[in-house]
Amino acid sequence: MTNSFRTSTGGRVNRELPLSFQFDGTPYSGYAGDTLASALLANGKHDIASSIKFGRPRGVFAAGPEDPSGVIQIEEPFPEPMLMASTVELYDGLVASGLPGQGWLADRPDPARYDAVHHHCDLLVVGAGPAGLSAALTGARAGARVVLVDSLSEAGGSLLGSTEVIDGRPALEWVESVTAELDEHPDVLHLQRATAFGCYDDGFALALENRTDHLGGAADPDDTRQRVWRIRAQYLVIATGAHERPVVFNDNDRPGIMLAASARTFLHRFGVLAGGRAVLFTTNDSAYAAAFDLSDAGVTIVAVADSRAQVSERLQDGCVRRGIALHTGHVVSGTDGDRRVESVDIAALTGDNEVGQAERVAADLLLVSGGWNPAVHLFSQARGRLRYDDGIGAFVPAEDLEQGRAVGAAAGHFGLADALRDGASAAAAALGPTATAAVTEHQVDDLVEAPSAVLWSVPGSGETGMAFVDLQRDATTQDVLRAVGAGLRSVEHVKRYTTIGTGLDQGKTSGVVTSGIIADALGVGVAELGVTTYRPPYTPVAFAALAGRNRGQLLDPVRLTPTHVWALTRGAEFENVGQWKRAWYFPREGESMDGAVARECRAAREGVAFMDGSTLGKIDVQGPGAGELLDRIYTNMMSTLKVGRARYGVMCGADGMVVDDGTVIRLADEHFLLTTTTGNAASVLETMEEWLQTEWPELRVHLTSVTEHWATFPVVGPKSREVIAALVPDLDVSNDAFGFMTWRDAEIAGVPVRIVRISFSGELAYEVNVSAWHAMAVWRAIAEAGRPHGITPYGTETMHVLRAEKGFPIIGQDTDATMTPQDLGMSWVVSKKKEDFVGKRSFTRLENQREDRKQLVGLLPQDPSVLLPEGGQVIETADLPEAPVRMLGHVTSSYHSATSGCTFALAVVRGGRDRLGETLYVPMNGTPVPVTVSDTVLYDKEGARRDG
Amino acid sequence: MTADDVAVDQRVSPLELWRAEFKALPAGVRLRELAFLTQLSLRLVPESPAVAAVSEALGVALPLEPCSSAVAGEVTVLWLGPDEWLVMTPTGDGETERNLRAAVQGHGAVIDVSGQRTTVSVSGPRARDLLAHGCSIDLHPRVNHAGSCVQTHLAKAGVAIWTRDDSGTDFWVVVRTSFADYLARWLVDACVPHRQDPQWQ
Repeated sequence: MTNSFRTSTGGRVNRELPLSFQFDGTPYSGYAGDTLASALLANGKHDIASSIKFGRPRGVFAAGPEDPSGVIQIEEPFPEPMLMASTVELYDGLVASGLPGQGWLADRPDPARYDAVHHHCDLLVVGAGPAGLSAALTGARAGARVVLVDSLSEAGGSLLGSTEVIDGRPALEWVESVTAELDEHPDVLHLQRATAFGCYDDGFALALENRTDHLGGAADPDDTRQRVWRIRAQYLVIATGAHERPVVFNDNDRPGIMLAASARTFLHRFGVLAGGRAVLFTTNDSAYAAAFDLSDAGVTIVAVADSRAQVSERLQDGCVRRGIALHTGHVVSGTDGDRRVESVDIAALTGDNEVGQAERVAADLLLVSGGWNPAVHLFSQARGRLRYDDGIGAFVPAEDLEQGRAVGAAAGHFGLADALRDGASAAAAALGPTATAAVTEHQVDDLVEAPSAVLWSVPGSGETGMAFVDLQRDATTQDVLRAVGAGLRSVEHVKRYTTIGTGLDQGKTSGVVTSGIIADALGVGVAELGVTTYRPPYTPVAFAALAGRNRGQLLDPVRLTPTHVWALTRGAEFENVGQWKRAWYFPREGESMDGAVARECRAAREGVAFMDGSTLGKIDVQGPGAGELLDRIYTNMMSTLKVGRARYGVMCGADGMVVDDGTVIRLADEHFLLTTTTGNAASVLETMEEWLQTEWPELRVHLTSVTEHWATFPVVGPKSREVIAALVPDLDVSNDAFGFMTWRDAEIAGVPVRIVRISFSGELAYEVNVSAWHAMAVWRAIAEAGRPHGITPYGTETMHVLRAEKGFPIIGQDTDATMTPQDLGMSWVVSKKKEDFVGKRSFTRLENQREDRKQLVGLLPQDPSVLLPEGGQVIETADLPEAPVRMLGHVTSSYHSATSGCTFALAVVRGGRDRLGETLYVPMNGTPVPVTVSDTVLYDKEGARRDG
Repeated sequence: MTADDVAVDQRVSPLELWRAEFKALPAGVRLRELAFLTQLSLRLVPESPAVAAVSEALGVALPLEPCSSAVAGEVTVLWLGPDEWLVMTPTGDGETERNLRAAVQGHGAVIDVSGQRTTVSVSGPRARDLLAHGCSIDLHPRVNHAGSCVQTHLAKAGVAIWTRDDSGTDFWVVVRTSFADYLARWLVDACVPHRQDPQWQ
């Protein structure tokens, strides 16, 4: 049974290019240009999936993304769950299977590439059917920048599934000439296989382009599989067509039941006959084309059931001519069959809205048409208002968008002439006179259609059998009535109660029908009830596509310091500090982290060590108001700092809580340079700018980030003076001449540097600052000058141990947003003289003066080998009491001290400073470990080492 | 060799390790780091009496229009904000800095920020397409002309993009030094799917 339901000629598939694929383990063949759905139907395979709740067999219900039931899983080449067979373009080697409503994710990383492109245009046209092509062509001829996106493999839209004629030629010839002309305009971007899935404010739209799947093994493995186009348009033309709507009746979900126009599309676009013996059930004229075309192609049309009492002579003649039995005033009341529809029950509609006795006819295909819903999804996402049109039983755009318009079938204008005219005039409206001049009139013979009937559900549906409203969610008319019976009135509530419209098809066939059924049940108008909100994405979009290239090494920027490559070659381990990659420690061959850190600490305490501290934020502050600004920003006085000197400072928020700390050096009367913590570089600059611009515009000050201009290298340890002396022979490095918290300009390796006597370790230390260009030259010079003294590079871990041994808090580690300078034991850094500064008023709040506030203290484990866990809770008792346990605070920093040969920690503890010497407990694995509360300084309490 | 020569010889630019990767890109794009441009942050309120002197020192009127620039010989002046310009010059003799400082005197600030950023020249017929992978600004020559300077994001890095011609084929991307490696990686990676694209050759 190979392609036995394929017509001998016709269709848009390439019969020269057969493709092999597997479905549910069976090999099949199709042609290039097929979808998985059309290829399966060509092989007579209708029963392809099963339903999520009831396990009922399900088939292809529609030829496009509105299909609620043909849900499949791609197994090979790469697993991808929950796709619609009707939207998967066939390629050689595809292995897929039908799903029972749920699929499975790959257990390995996706090897494909995904990316994004930003694009701007005057005119974005969504949909390359007659309306869209007409709009795009008019825009292109007017010289506009145009983007035309369409979800199918080729342009044409509804024309691909029909036999229309434009200007006396087959419509597809017109399509070909239009696309050829569009290709010649350099500023027209025409994308097929690209679905616009979201419309947002200000003409912003997203489209997903499928680029390589259809090429199968011939695709360039480097090429992008899917691309998200981020399009910003001056004007949006929504030419998305319409979706045919089903009518609900008993057992309306069997494989072989299909929307009428979809069967026509399978015939004309793919050369596929969806069955051999068909019944048409319709409420409108449009579906007759499907029945007639299928009949002409050799399908036996057993009967047409038209719910309307009367049908035009043209259609009656068409039936007679083809020997089709036409039953007006009839409906389909049910079906039967095993894995596929085998028979259809046709019954008369009686006057009192009931159905009469059914006549059963044998058929393997049931075509259904309940009318058309304009595809208003994007229009509605773009905040366009909808109105209910009684005549067609559908919601249509009620207005133009501020910068856009729905056209053609998407606007409820179903004729071909309307579509062509609509598209051109939308482009003209957007672009003005030049485009108006470019509008072309076309000769089209649209048939005059008789009014449609609006029928949501065949009377009596669901009373005896199951009548499905949402095939994907297995939700029935009874579910809707139960929701209404439970008191729900809003369509949004009924949607959530029944899950109708929440499948991957997002209710494209069920949404309006649901509103209709609710309206009937409540006896209100559909217009009054409305329809559920349309939200992006219009069709499913894989997270991989949205993530694009923001994965792996490009997930987030990795910021590097000037010595990064040097550290890399030295075998450093790195840690992430915000976006920065910082050297964490420098293990020697076979050395553990603890070993390396202990060695690095020893070098800093006993000899000399150096690190790259370039990540510190640095802000240049200049202007007559510079000193005043810093006085207002820091808690301590900065304006009194003398040129040539440095001062530590703390910044608080308006709430009095510490937000950052750092040092300030004064370069000249009106010129300061301050440092911030690594993580707060940007936010401190922003905060200062905000105060400056919004509260203190009278201060003339300029703030400039120089974080990356300056590389910063602390040289630390008792022998650091000798290293600096060797580097800068001209500089008097004696403590008297170059004292603590002063700075000097100097030259190292022929490069200007600024050296600051500053210490974050308690040791004698110098901080060498140099322009980033020369950073490596100076770094190497330091290494070279330090070699006789065994200078040791150290990383952030050692930096933390050294500072913690001295009780120097790290803002953001030992503090959170609830710590005042006083809580940190740093009342000395809060000026009593200054009239005001940010945070000052908050220090007098009662809450900030409570004696039981959490205060920073040291904790010494009574067993000096126990390393407390950071974040560990501090409690009062040796036995763990019944919960809730009163927590006194928590451990903020915890290390081994190589210098003291013990472990130690910093912690915030309620009323901690009054507890010095007390024994408290930190539970570890459920057992409270005794610790002694100490002051924060573990090492060199008298500060004797600072000056060497 | 003088001390200055030694210093110049020892300079390291943020993207020197990317040179080979840049060279291997498809011919449609050319990436080149313009290393060691002297960069000065000029801060001045536009109403300042010093504007005239500054313009004279620069050799060109200080550009006051948002997102604009000015060029005088080898000196490029990029507008970065209402009171902020980036002055770039390949010469490193300090003369521009001295002249500017003298002109600004007391009315603003001149800060050497040469190490703060580096510059990547992105040029070639596909330069605009490459940038479009990560930049939401419309760089089409119809709306974006030579001389425009915009601060925006390219991928996740903050950058200034200076347009140097009217055909959308010549841009300077000025990026913070610490983000340069990320940006280079991103740019090179963005070209991967275009390796076989005939339009990129």
